[in-house]
Parts: sequence; structure tokens; C-alpha cells
Amino acid sequence: MIQHQEDIIIQTVCRILIPFMQVYGLYVLAHGHGSPGGGFQGGCIFAASFILMPIAFDLAAFKKRFAEKRIILLCSLGVFIYAGIGWLCLLLGGNFLDYGELSAILPVDPVMARYYGIAIIETGVQITVMAVMVSIFINLITGGRHKEETQENYD
Amino acid sequence: MILPLDLILLGFALIAAVTATWVKDLLSAVVLLGAFSFFMCLIWTEMGAVDVAFTEAAVGAGVSTTFFVAAVYNTTRRTKD
Amino acid sequence: MKKLLGIALAIAALLVLLYGIEDLPPWGVSDQPASLHVSPRYIEKSLAETGVPNMVTAVLADYRGCDTLFETAVIFTAGIAVLMLLRRAMP
Repeated sequence: MIQHQEDIIIQTVCRILIPFMQVYGLYVLAHGHGSPGGGFQGGCIFAASFILMPIAFDLAAFKKRFAEKRIILLCSLGVFIYAGIGWLCLLLGGNFLDYGELSAILPVDPVMARYYGIAIIETGVQITVMAVMVSIFINLITGGRHKEETQENYD
Repeated sequence: MILPLDLILLGFALIAAVTATWVKDLLSAVVLLGAFSFFMCLIWTEMGAVDVAFTEAAVGAGVSTTFFVAAVYNTTRRTKD
Repeated sequence: MKKLLGIALAIAALLVLLYGIEDLPPWGVSDQPASLHVSPRYIEKSLAETGVPNMVTAVLADYRGCDTLFETAVIFTAGIAVLMLLRRAMP
């Protein structure tokens, strides 16, 4: 487990850098339609910004903020969004993941419905990748004791 | 594609990969693997596959290096052989 | 001894790969077999059909959407597997 050290340089750099990394991760997700990028890369950058936090600051506070239950729910939420869009297209009368059918519930024509369908599923991919990377990192750095000390902090 | 630049980058990637297997210190090996990922990212950028290069830079050089550092931190830093 | 065997195996694999490179088409040639089947349709129609300027995103998320769905499922499975291997239950 990481010992808490007061290192002013690392803390200041992380405090300044983390918001920019998060904005960049969201930019990569949102601008994946027009330039290289997308949910996977954006999720990795987003997760890297979260991984910087326990390195620079306290691990216990980080574990309290990212409780195990919340992280696992986020892991499955992304896949659920992706597969849910696919099933929604199926229910609206098209094929599986045929985003053109979304124009029945979105106020746009089928071509733009495909555009927004891609945006929605990329968001799902980003959520899953971010949550999985943060979960793996916490489990590696604490040796699998993600939940225990969080529980102690609550008591 | 510029062939001399390609060959130089491939040479650097080869040096990083071979050195990563030779060093005794596991943390140095992790950093060298990150350098190898970064050189592969440069090669892919230079060949025009920007999406693959972006993924390599985000996953290979960024997140997986962090995972390896975390694993080395919780185990040992020296190899037996 | 074991190290020398590993080096010899790596060099042998490198020679096999270098021999295989001879049969690949040159870099950036557009009339190779891999570029003639479905690539022209993606290049000509992906913007009109999906409204996405980036062709790679259109292919990854729309034409090959099922592939990306299961890629996401693979990442989810990897996270669950790490949880299964490393997680210590509450005492």
C-alpha cells in the first residue's frame, strides 16, 4: 500500500494537471467523430487521471470516493448502455445495433440518428474502460483489499 | 512512409525490447517496456495508422505501465535469473 | 544455456517473418486484394450513410458494431477476472 507522503511538487503538479487530463479525455470521446479517438482511448486517459490521484494524495480517501460497489456498477453500466442501444434498435424494428432505427425516438433523420447512436455507444465504452482500469489499479495496489479499509473508514 | 526514419525507429524499438529482457531490475524493465510502446506508437503514426498509435500511446505506454509499476511495488524488484 | 536457446528461437522467428514479408503487397498500394472487397464502399459511402467524417470510427462503431460490443465485453470480463483473482473477502 502506498504510504502517504507530503510531497509538495507532486501534489501541486497533480492538482493542476488532473482537470486538464479529464477535459482532454472527454474531448477525445466527444471529438472521436471527426478525428482519431473514441471511447477506448478517452476512457484510458480518463482512468489515468484518476490513477494519478492516489499516487499524489491519500489512498484511503480515494478508496472511499471510489467504493468497490460503485466501480463495479460503472463497469457493467457501460456494457449495459451499449447492449441496451442494440436491443432498443431491435425493439424498434431494425437489426441488432442498427442505429438508423433510433430516428423513431430521436428528433432527427436516420443518418443523424446513426451519428448520435455512435456517440451514445462510445460513451458506454468510455464508462466501462474507465471503471475497469481504475478497478484493476486499486486491486493491484492494495493487494485485493479494496473494500476492507473503506469499511473501516466508514465506521 | 520514410524508410530511413522507419529503420531508425525500429532500431530504437528493438534496443528497448532487447534491453527490457536483459536488465535485472524489474522497474527498469517496466520503464523500458513503456519506451518500447512509445516507439511502436511513433512507428504507427509515421505509417499513417493514427488510431492504432493513439490506442498504443494510451494503453501501452500509459495505463499498462502503471499496472506493471503497481505489480512490481507489491512484489519484488529483483529477478532470480 | 536457456538464454542462448531463447535468443536462437527469437532469431529463427525473425527469419521466418522476414521470409513472409516478401509476399506482402507494398506499403500503401490501393489495388491489393485486402483493399478491393469492402473498402471502396466504406470510403465512398460512410459519410453519406452515417454522417461521421472519421472513417475509422464509422467502421468500428457502426459497420462492425457487434465486434466493438464484444470487445467492450472482453474488457469487462478482464476486470471481473482480476477481481476474482485478487479480491480478498471481508474477514
